Amino acid sequence: MPGIKLSEKTIGQIKTICSDFGNQGSELINVLHQVQGKLGYLPAEVQEVIAKELNISVAKVYGVVTFYSYFTMIPLGEFPISICMGTACYVRGSEQVLAEFKRQLKVEVGQSTPDGQFSLNCLRCVGACGLAPVVMVGEKVFGRVSPQMVKNIIADYKEGTAGEAKSA
Amino acid sequence: MEMINLTIDNKPVVVPYGTTILKAASGIGIDIPTLCYMKLDDMNIENKPGGCRVCVVEVKGRRNLSPACCTEVTEGMEVETHTIRAVNARRTVVELILSDHPADCLICAKSGNCDLQDMAHHLGVRKIHYEGEKSMYREDTSPAIIREIDKCIMCRRCETMCNDVQTVGVLSAVNRGFHAVVAPAFEMNLDHSVCTYCGQCVAVCPTGALTEVDETGAVIRALSDPTKTVIVQTAPAVRAALGEEFGMEAGTLVTGKMVAALRRLGFNYVFDTDFAADLTIMEEGTELLTRLSAFIAGDKKVKLPILTSCCPAWVKFFEHSFPELKDIPSTARSPQQMFGSIAKTYFADKIEVKRENLVVVSIMPCVAKKYESSRPEFSVNGNPDVDFALTTRELARLIKLGNIDFKALPNEDFDQPLGESTGAAVIFGTTGGVIEAAVRTAYEIFTGKPLPRLDFEELRGMDGLRKATIDFNGTPIHIGIAHGLGNARKLLEEIQAGKSEFHAIEIMSCPGGCIGGGGQPYHHGDAEILKKRQRAIYSEDTNKTIRKSHENPYITKLYEEFLGAPNSEKSHHLLHTKYFDRS
Ligand code: SF4
Ligand code: SF4
Ligand code: SF4
Ligand code: FES
Ligand code: FES
Repeated sequence: MPGIKLSEKTIGQIKTICSDFGNQGSELINVLHQVQGKLGYLPAEVQEVIAKELNISVAKVYGVVTFYSYFTMIPLGEFPISICMGTACYVRGSEQVLAEFKRQLKVEVGQSTPDGQFSLNCLRCVGACGLAPVVMVGEKVFGRVSPQMVKNIIADYKEGTAGEAKSA
Repeated sequence: MEMINLTIDNKPVVVPYGTTILKAASGIGIDIPTLCYMKLDDMNIENKPGGCRVCVVEVKGRRNLSPACCTEVTEGMEVETHTIRAVNARRTVVELILSDHPADCLICAKSGNCDLQDMAHHLGVRKIHYEGEKSMYREDTSPAIIREIDKCIMCRRCETMCNDVQTVGVLSAVNRGFHAVVAPAFEMNLDHSVCTYCGQCVAVCPTGALTEVDETGAVIRALSDPTKTVIVQTAPAVRAALGEEFGMEAGTLVTGKMVAALRRLGFNYVFDTDFAADLTIMEEGTELLTRLSAFIAGDKKVKLPILTSCCPAWVKFFEHSFPELKDIPSTARSPQQMFGSIAKTYFADKIEVKRENLVVVSIMPCVAKKYESSRPEFSVNGNPDVDFALTTRELARLIKLGNIDFKALPNEDFDQPLGESTGAAVIFGTTGGVIEAAVRTAYEIFTGKPLPRLDFEELRGMDGLRKATIDFNGTPIHIGIAHGLGNARKLLEEIQAGKSEFHAIEIMSCPGGCIGGGGQPYHHGDAEILKKRQRAIYSEDTNKTIRKSHENPYITKLYEEFLGAPNSEKSHHLLHTKYFDRS
C-alpha cells in the first residue's frame, strides 16, 4: 500500500479524539468512528497512531477496521458510488449492476479509481426497496437501475453535470 | 466458596461456582472433545473463544446445545455429554470445518500431530456432506515460520499466545465471515512485522497453518556432499524432549541416544551447545562482575541490571519495543552463535578444514534460532557461523527418514573438544537455569571462595516472574527471572521507570524457558509435560561430575590456546555482538 505521510495537524486531531475517549483500548470502535468521520477513511498510518495512543497492537486495530464494513482504508472518491445489496435490490439484479460498475470503472469493491473521482462500495438495504435496485452516488439516489444505465450515470458525473432529472 | 450440585451423564458432581461444564466433567473422568479451547495450567494461559462448537453437550431444559468449554455450571443442571444429538452436532461442525480446508493431510507438515485430523478421526468422519467454496490465502514465508493460512480454523490460540502471553501483538483476527483469518496488521508478511519468532503460536496451532521452516532437506544435501565436513551441536533442552517424538515418556533424558542417532545420520563430529553455554557463562559472568564491581565502587554510569542475551526472540523483542534499553543486555552472543563462531575459527583450524567446507548444523528447541543464525552480523563474508538450525521436531523427522530405531540405540558420548560440558550448561534449557549457572561461576570469582552449595532452589520453579537475593559473601545480589515475554515486559517497564531493584535479570521468551520452546515436540496444551522436561534437565545437572562452567577443562584450554581471557579483544570480536534499534 502506498505510504502516506500524515501532517502534524492530522496527527494532532487523531490524538485529541483518542484522548477524548480517555485513551482507552475499549473505546476503539468509537475512536475509529470519529476519526473516520473527520478524515473520511482510515489508512494504515492513521491506524498506527491510534494503536499507539490507545496502547493496543496495530494488528488489533486492523482487525476491527476489517471486521466492520463501515470502516474503510481507502479514501472515498469525489463521487462515492454505493450499490444496495439488500434482499429486494439483490433479487432485482443489483449484482449485475455492480458487475457493470466494476467493469466500467475498472475497480473492485472498496477501491477508488486512480484519479480519485469514483469509489465503489456495497450497502445493506437503504430503505428504498420500492425503487430496487438502488444505487447511491454521494447523497443522491438512483432507482430501478439497470446495467445499461450504468454508463450514463458515470458519464454524467465525469462531465460534472450530475443529472438533476435522472433520479426516479 | 459457593458449591454447585449438578449431574453429568447421570453422575452427581459438586464443583465450585464458576466452574465450566468441561472442567466439571474432566474432574469425574468424562472427556468432552475440544478443538479451539486450550489451557496451560500453572501458567495462567487459557484460550476459550467458544468458537468451534466441537465441545457441545446437551443441557436439560435448554433448547440449544451448550459449548462445554465456556458454559458455567448452575445448580441442579443435568448435562448429557454424548447423546446422539450432541455427537451429530460435533460431527457436523468438523465436517463444516473440513469443507473449507485443504485436504492435504498426506503431505502436511502437521500430519500425525494435528488436532483437527485427530478430531475427524475421533468422530469417525468419513464423508464431507457439505461442499462449498474454499478460502485461498497466500503463503507467508519468513526466516523461521511459515503461515499457510488456508489451514487456519480460527481457533485463535495463536492470538492468545502472541497477545496475552507474549504481548508482542503481531497476530489478530482480521476480516469477516468466510474471509476471516488470523494475520499481522495490514496482512503484511511476518518478516515485516514486529514478530520475535518465539514460535509460541506455532507451538499451539492445532493445524498445519503455522509451522517452522523445514531445513531437513538442506541438511541431508550437506551430509551427502563429500567435500563438506558437517558438524552438529545440540541445545540443552533437546535431550529432555526428543524422546517424546518416539513415544517415550515426557521427561526421559535421551542424551546418549541422541548422540548415537546423529552419528548414524552421518555427522562427522557430534558436539554440544552446552560447551558453548559454559563459554557464555565465562563471558557473560565476567561482564556481570565487571559492571557489578564498578557499581559497588560507586561508578554512577554503569548500567545495571545486566540482562541475559541467549534468547534471540527476546533480543528481537527489545530491539523493537525497548530500543532505548539496548545498552543494558549483556553483549555476549547466544550459545548457538558462540559455538558457530568457535567452530568456524578455532576448530576449523584444528582439523584444517576451510571455513567454506565446514557446515555447522544446530539442533534447537526453538524456531527463533533459525532467524538468529540468519542475522547478517553472524556471517563472515556471506558464510554464516551456523549454517542450519533445525528444531527438535525436525531432528526427529531426520531420524525417522534415516530409518533409525531410536529406542534401540546405545548411549554414546559427544566428541571432543567442543562436546564437554558441565551441569551449569545443561540447565540453560529451563527458566532460571542461565542465571543459576552464572551465579555458580560469578560467586566463586567474586568472593574467591568455593560455593557452599550448588543447588539454588530459590531460582527454580515455574512462576512467570521470580526474584531472589543471593548473598555474595556479604554483598546481596538481587536477581530477577522472567519467562514469557509478557512477564519480561513488566521487568523492562520497571527498568524504564528507574524502579528496578535488580542487579541481574534472566529472560527467556518461551513459557518454561527453552524446554517449552516453539520447536519442541508439541505439548498439546499439557503443562505437566513441561514440568517433566524441567525435572529431567535438573537431574542431568545433578548427575554431572563438574557442575560449574569455569571448571570445564576444555573451556580453560580454549582460553589458553586461542582466546586469551574472558572479555579479551579476541573474545569480544568472536563472542560478543551489538543490538539494533528496530522500532
Ligand atoms: S512467533 Fe511469537 S511473536 Fe511471532 S507471531 Fe508467533 S507468537 Fe507472535
Ligand atoms: S493459525 Fe492456527 S492457532 Fe492461529 S487461529 Fe489459525 S488454526 Fe488457530
Ligand atoms: S526461550 Fe529458548 S526456545 Fe524460546 S525463543 Fe528463547 S531461545 Fe528459543
Ligand atoms: S433492498 Fe435495496 S433498498 Fe431495500
Ligand atoms: S472447544 Fe469449546 S467452543 Fe471450541
